Amino acid sequence: MRVALFVTCLADAMFPDVGRATVTVLERLGVEVAFPPGQTCCGQMHVNTGYQRQALALVRNHVEAFEPFDHVVAPSGSCVGSVRHQHAMVARNAGDAALAERAQAVAAKTYELSEFLVDVLKREDVGAAYPHRVTYHPTCHSLRMLRVDDKPLRLLRQVRGLDLVELPDAEQCCGFGGTFAVKNADTSTAMLADKMRNVLSTRAEAVCAGDSSCLMHIGGGLSRLRTGVRPVHLAEILASDS
Amino acid sequence: MTQTFLGMPHAPAGVGHLHGDRPFPAAARDALADTQLRRNLGHATATIRAKRAAVVGELEDWEDLRRAGEALKAYTMANLDELLLQLETAVTARGGIVHWARDATEANQIVVDLVRATGTDEVVKVKSMATAEIGLNEALADAGIAAVETDLAELIVQLGHDLPSHILVPAIHRNRAEIREIFLREMPDADPSLTDEPRQLAMAARAHLRAKFLSAKVAISGANFGIAETGTITVVESEGNGRMCLTLPDTLITVMGIEKVVPTWTDLEVFLQLLPRSSTGERMNPYTSTWSGVTPGDGPQTFHLVLVDNGRTAVLADPAGRSALHCIRCSACLNVCPVYERAGGHAYGSVYPGPIGAVLTPQLTGAATSLPYASSLCGACFDACPVRIDIPSMLVHLRSTQPHPVIERASFGAVAWTMGSARRFRFGEQLLRLGRLIARRGRIRRLPPPLSAWTDARDLPAPPAQTFRDWWAAR
Ligand code: SF4
Repeated sequence: MRVALFVTCLADAMFPDVGRATVTVLERLGVEVAFPPGQTCCGQMHVNTGYQRQALALVRNHVEAFEPFDHVVAPSGSCVGSVRHQHAMVARNAGDAALAERAQAVAAKTYELSEFLVDVLKREDVGAAYPHRVTYHPTCHSLRMLRVDDKPLRLLRQVRGLDLVELPDAEQCCGFGGTFAVKNADTSTAMLADKMRNVLSTRAEAVCAGDSSCLMHIGGGLSRLRTGVRPVHLAEILASDS
Repeated sequence: MTQTFLGMPHAPAGVGHLHGDRPFPAAARDALADTQLRRNLGHATATIRAKRAAVVGELEDWEDLRRAGEALKAYTMANLDELLLQLETAVTARGGIVHWARDATEANQIVVDLVRATGTDEVVKVKSMATAEIGLNEALADAGIAAVETDLAELIVQLGHDLPSHILVPAIHRNRAEIREIFLREMPDADPSLTDEPRQLAMAARAHLRAKFLSAKVAISGANFGIAETGTITVVESEGNGRMCLTLPDTLITVMGIEKVVPTWTDLEVFLQLLPRSSTGERMNPYTSTWSGVTPGDGPQTFHLVLVDNGRTAVLADPAGRSALHCIRCSACLNVCPVYERAGGHAYGSVYPGPIGAVLTPQLTGAATSLPYASSLCGACFDACPVRIDIPSMLVHLRSTQPHPVIERASFGAVAWTMGSARRFRFGEQLLRLGRLIARRGRIRRLPPPLSAWTDARDLPAPPAQTFRDWWAAR
């Protein structure tokens, strides 16, 4: 099975470990991973900040990069959400019906990592071991745009040595929200404070999520307060085997 | 809004409570610093959320009901012109008098004239969003007419010389101790030994209001639903104070937004299941009042229905935004919104706060505002909305219609250009690596504005020595 990795611009530039971990998990399960070099960014930040027209070039670039593949996998609920729910709309609103159709086709074969592992590969035990106390934060877009439901938790429950503790008020947003974190920094920080309070209450060593962006936010707060709790991406736990 | 429909009038500035005077981020900053407010709101919204979740969870057909509500509303908006005329005909045939108001100013004038004609200088009011939206109480006061709010929470807001901060629970930002203080200060007939026990507070309000109900000649209400088929107006409430207003005075004036029309009597079946479960977390609300025109010898003998546009037709004209008119004002979206829960209702500067306010307010006013950005797009509002209004998508749509700051626009243009090709993107990544120079122990702790808004409260990791793309190429 030939699968294209959509690493996402954020993981590419800032969190390459998340991309490497995704490759490790997929290859361990016998998947042949390709990295289409033409890929850049899904354009979600532009669309969500009100720059839909500027996002059009990014949508086109994305469609061209991933069109040739049977499956596309990304370690991000948010970016997959954008591909699925925004790309065709951006093309349509710009009057490019042909691109909208192609974007729809790419969206139909694009999966967030936990979806791909559980729904396509039908695997919950991916052979991982991670002997740590971890709590899991379901990111808003994976939860409410993609409806990944408990797939990440099912994967985590099969990880050897993992002590999974439930996060109170888990489904509340961490306050990231893309440019929201800057445009409404005070409200965003108030939301982050409550998320951190809940994370700390679990006495976990690490907080896990399926989106590097939300982890950058939660982790940024945890680091500023010197809490000693680290952010870890779902892919990184699933790739770990010691 | 959509440029083609510039001809549609919006809600005028300078009248009513839609045009806030401060941007959301600044207003929210003050609210966030109010520890009492944070506690009151956090407690109240968590309680209502849990109640709602419990009663929604017991209905197996909840998702079907939501879809039915959505479909009924979509049908209504597509046929609004005919349904409104049908409503007018039905109300008139049953002895009511229908008035049409283009905007808040016209609506207020109509109501003031109607009250003046009765010769009274005091009216009792049923809790109503439409009259709050158009600023009716202020217009009545200017005409020398006192409007007495009879909903307990509205009364607290009115006596506290305050503004409502929630659609359903206007005084959600107040706690018991604060309410006791307001009552003692503002109610001449309050017993000085009043405690902050809820029952005592309710009894004090009850005694205060009873006298008003018995003496009032005119009542003013809003409407939850106006049934086109039969001309029946419906008000849904919890306390029974609305029922008093709707039955005791001689004259009843109902102010209704034109989007509140429903086609037939049987459609109520859907909405009367959706509304109470979503708003108060009850299976059924305690009081549902319905009346059709005038019934001789029973209840008000004069009934006026004032139908208000105030920007609604402009909203209807925008295909991407019009479903904001489907709102049945249950306030479920407020209660689940993490932004509302922390910033509170006043920060929105409109009678419609929370997620629905962030989309409806700018659409009604047509004015540039920071409200569409007052959301992290977490999507909780859509899941809670009983009529499935896709508020997150609408927020994204509205953001693309707002004017953007010049520097921001230039930056986003530059980033889009860079990201438009992998070659340029890779070059951008190399530039980003310069960030390693300002990192200390792998962390960036301070950045210049506007990115300081991030680093004020959060660290950033240093960019990695090697990007994923470069690692892959060298693999
Ligand atoms: S938008 Fe939906 S959830 Fe919010 S108040 Fe209106 S009907 Fe209720």
